[in-house]
Amino acid sequence: MATERIIIAVLYVLLAPFVIGLLDGFDRKISARMQGRRGPSVLQPFFDLKKLFEKEFLTANKAQLFMIRSYLVFIVLSGVLFFGGFDILLVVFSLSTAAMFLILASTSTHSPYSAQGTHRELVQIMSCEPMELLVAVGFYLAIGTFNVNEIIKTSISPIAYLPGFFVGFVFILTIKFRKSPFDIATSHHAHQEVIKGVTSEMVGKEYGMVTLAEWYENAILLGIVGLFFLNSNPVSIVCAIIAILVVWFLEILIDNTSARVKWQLMLKLAWGVTIVAAGMNLLLLEIIRG
Amino acid sequence: MEMLVTALICLPFLWAILPAVIHNSKCRAFFVYLGCGIVIALSVFTAVKWYLAGGQATDFDLPYREAFDHVILVGDIFLMCLITYLSFKYKKGVISLLAIVQTVLVAALELFGPKVQESAALHFDWLTFVMILIIGVVGSLIGIYAVGYMHGYHIHHHKELTDRRSFFLAMIFVFFGAMFGLVFSQSLIWLYFFWEITSVTSFLLIGYTRTEEAINNSFKALWMNLLGGCGIAAAIAVGVLLYQNVNLYDMIKIAILSKYMGIPNTLCLLPIACLAFAALTKSAQFPFSGWLLGAMVAPTPSSALLHSATMVKAGVYLLIRISVAMADNYVGNMVALVGGFTFLAASCLAISVSDGKKVLAYSTISNLGLIVACTGCGYEETIWAAVFLVIFHAVSKSMLFQCVGAIENTTGSRDVEDMQGLISLFPKLAVVLMIGIAGMFLAPFGMLISKWAALKAFIDTTSVYVSTLMVLFICFGSATTMFYWTKWLSKILGASGKEKSRDLTKKNEYISMFFHAFMMVALILGFPWLSSHVLKPMSNEMFGTDVQVISYQNIIIMIVLLVGVFVIPAINYVLTKNTKAKQVITYMGGANCGDNFNFVSSTGDPKEMHISNFYMEDIMGEKKLFTPAIMVSTVIIIVYMIIVIGGAF
Amino acid sequence: MSTIHKSPWLLHYDGSSCNGCDIEVLACTTPVYDVERFGVINTGNPMHADIFLITGGINSQNEAVVKQIYEQMPQPKVVIAVGTCACTGGIFKECYNIKGGADTVIPVDIYVPGCAARPESIIDGVVKGIALFKEKAAALKASENAN
Repeated sequence: MATERIIIAVLYVLLAPFVIGLLDGFDRKISARMQGRRGPSVLQPFFDLKKLFEKEFLTANKAQLFMIRSYLVFIVLSGVLFFGGFDILLVVFSLSTAAMFLILASTSTHSPYSAQGTHRELVQIMSCEPMELLVAVGFYLAIGTFNVNEIIKTSISPIAYLPGFFVGFVFILTIKFRKSPFDIATSHHAHQEVIKGVTSEMVGKEYGMVTLAEWYENAILLGIVGLFFLNSNPVSIVCAIIAILVVWFLEILIDNTSARVKWQLMLKLAWGVTIVAAGMNLLLLEIIRG
Repeated sequence: MEMLVTALICLPFLWAILPAVIHNSKCRAFFVYLGCGIVIALSVFTAVKWYLAGGQATDFDLPYREAFDHVILVGDIFLMCLITYLSFKYKKGVISLLAIVQTVLVAALELFGPKVQESAALHFDWLTFVMILIIGVVGSLIGIYAVGYMHGYHIHHHKELTDRRSFFLAMIFVFFGAMFGLVFSQSLIWLYFFWEITSVTSFLLIGYTRTEEAINNSFKALWMNLLGGCGIAAAIAVGVLLYQNVNLYDMIKIAILSKYMGIPNTLCLLPIACLAFAALTKSAQFPFSGWLLGAMVAPTPSSALLHSATMVKAGVYLLIRISVAMADNYVGNMVALVGGFTFLAASCLAISVSDGKKVLAYSTISNLGLIVACTGCGYEETIWAAVFLVIFHAVSKSMLFQCVGAIENTTGSRDVEDMQGLISLFPKLAVVLMIGIAGMFLAPFGMLISKWAALKAFIDTTSVYVSTLMVLFICFGSATTMFYWTKWLSKILGASGKEKSRDLTKKNEYISMFFHAFMMVALILGFPWLSSHVLKPMSNEMFGTDVQVISYQNIIIMIVLLVGVFVIPAINYVLTKNTKAKQVITYMGGANCGDNFNFVSSTGDPKEMHISNFYMEDIMGEKKLFTPAIMVSTVIIIVYMIIVIGGAF
Repeated sequence: MSTIHKSPWLLHYDGSSCNGCDIEVLACTTPVYDVERFGVINTGNPMHADIFLITGGINSQNEAVVKQIYEQMPQPKVVIAVGTCACTGGIFKECYNIKGGADTVIPVDIYVPGCAARPESIIDGVVKGIALFKEKAAALKASENAN
């Protein structure tokens, strides 16, 4: 069992960037097709990443680089904790510690655009964090443990108990994936008031590392989506993969059909959905437990 | 042991006379240092001696118990007279009513009431052990800091104010004495006396500058704390009249027993409810948070003292003490809900303010809210979490207040917005500030461990709606907490265009701050030891069980995270130090004036660029949230008090 | 194998253009022309850009700005001047405030003429720019290895 967990964690470290990068490539392809374009190659994200590491390194503040590296390392560490089957609540805490390094990296430059992006990023973190913590709580309520390796051994998939939590989590995934309507901290479209927001001052390999870190983080988030569907039956793995793909497609659809909102609205929506969907589900579970 | 404890309680009171009568600045400073040194030594010695003796909970009396009983009675009456005099002097006579009612009640019961059971006056156990170390070490360091700070305060910054340093330093010692007395007391009458002393001393310290604002705020603190005192007086009255017993520990035992014996248990809960109410006022929970916010007007050492080692900790101490009796009942629910609500509301409010001390004040309230919520739950896990939070909070808050005070003395501003790039201007101060902030919220420091345990315990709480609400409070509260600390941290670590200037911080201020920073790091590193050697016996003593609150595996993970927070950035720093990089200016649409701090304005002249944090005043502002928060929490308290009191009769 | 040319990110700067060329540049990103199929992303940030695309002439107001933005782009980088004004100053050339084309302040690699330049020719210029970008990257690498 222990070796299995180690193997999965190692596989995560090795494969997550490839899988998520590929998903990202398909994302761009599908988005392009939705808009009636041909779109870039599905390998485009890898070309972009490779280029970023090959570019000359410019910097406005040298302190930025080590903080970004710390950000990356912390995200990977959180992922190892998650895929290694450890405590999911600690994974969430570790993710928020990682996010702090990103914030500090981007504000260290005294740049107006990255400052703007940073504060929006902070609002995003604040919007998402309650739901992330609640997901961990939900698993504890449904299965009785925070440990991922015990959660997957349940006989009935947690989704049966946690539909509200699932809805809330999918909602904040749009924020986490930086998709429209919530792409307010960094934008993937040009000519905007945020430029590149939190990553504005990150050049070449710095930006490459942030991209890589985001891929690792997305792997964790999609992993949590899958966790809702896993149970002791091996068939559930197929269900989990299908669920992940459906959620992923849904995010692309939302991205392509909505316009960006203001951060005030985002905060209200995210918290509102969290309270209504997850809060109600939480109350019901508590009542059932007695 | 008796002698040591007697010395611990009495010495600070007596030592307070020295700074009060010596007016030569140098000489007084010497005696304050000496006094603080003695208090540290004495408290550590007492604690270590008790620890080495096996750490058994013991009951004992002071020598000349009778005499002390009389002193306390006279002291009560003296305090009442003092309050009455001062409140009439400043035309706030109504407040004296609160003091008169409670003191007369307690004195009358003591003199004419039924005879109460005799029992030992003092008690020493693991919780006391933790508390005396906090009060002795953290408190005394604040005392040391105060000498240097108050010198700068009067000589450099506030020449217009009357120099009453003698009084100030004397009050600090009185505070120590009262706090030591409070944590040792077993008899409620003794506890009440020390409780009143802390109320009055804090009132005097807040009003130190005698400006109109200071006086108003000090009276606010006074009436709120006196209201809490009424709670204790009521508990004494109930105890004397119903059980002929004023022993705190007996009351707790009665409350716990009644739960299992099927006696109508609300009657037994009544004194507990009164004490809990008193503790809520003292630990500045909503709706009584106003006084702690008002306390900012006082010079920084007194804020540090009120916020970290003393005063608010008195409330929290009492709650932890009675928490065993609050598990799964109405009193516990009240305390948990008020605490959880305060945790969330105060952290929202902290987002909207930019005054450094005010942020700290709100964060104290918020953090205490979490501690209070933990005690209200009353499970092993939550008590474990609460004690951890108390320790971490005491050290880091004291350090933060001292640091902000030093920054204010040096830069002339304590506004968070003015701390842009502190790391390059005053690196030493910035590092201290950062360690303090990290200690307050960052994984894997105290907050994380405690939050983990608290969340787990709240999910398991039996009451459905309390459990749901508490989980929501904690989840949302941690998000808002992260927000205001991170944005402060990012200010400090930013770049600054200002010229370096001289650091005016005194050496003794640094000694105190560095010692705090050292303690902080030691606490983090010693966390597994602390858990198994102090908190485990404590929980064993309180609950009679010996549960491992946090699994071995999670301790390992936390240590990994802990090492991570220090080591990962450090390694990365070393690895990237020699990276070749071309220095560029930041992107401002191409309009920088050659550096990162100015841009070309529409008139063609360079204009300085200011970067400001988000304060969300239209969502989280004080104007918007403060009054509703007070109303909600008042309703919670009133409803539950009605349930408890109504159920009792 | 170097794939650097497959990811050319583009920064579009409007000098003192009449906006004719700008509209055509944006037209390149629409479904009809879809410049993203070459991996081009229209970024707003010089720090992330590989190709600097300028429309309109240079005037005394934006001279410093163009220089600064060029400086903020990491090597290897390619500059494309789009439209007659960016190439030479165009009909505004003799105006009191106009310095001339983009090459008066920064080295320009590719010139795309036209008033306004048609999307087809812009894409043509970008594709040529991409080829140049690859060459420059190889040259940069060679010089790094030589050092």
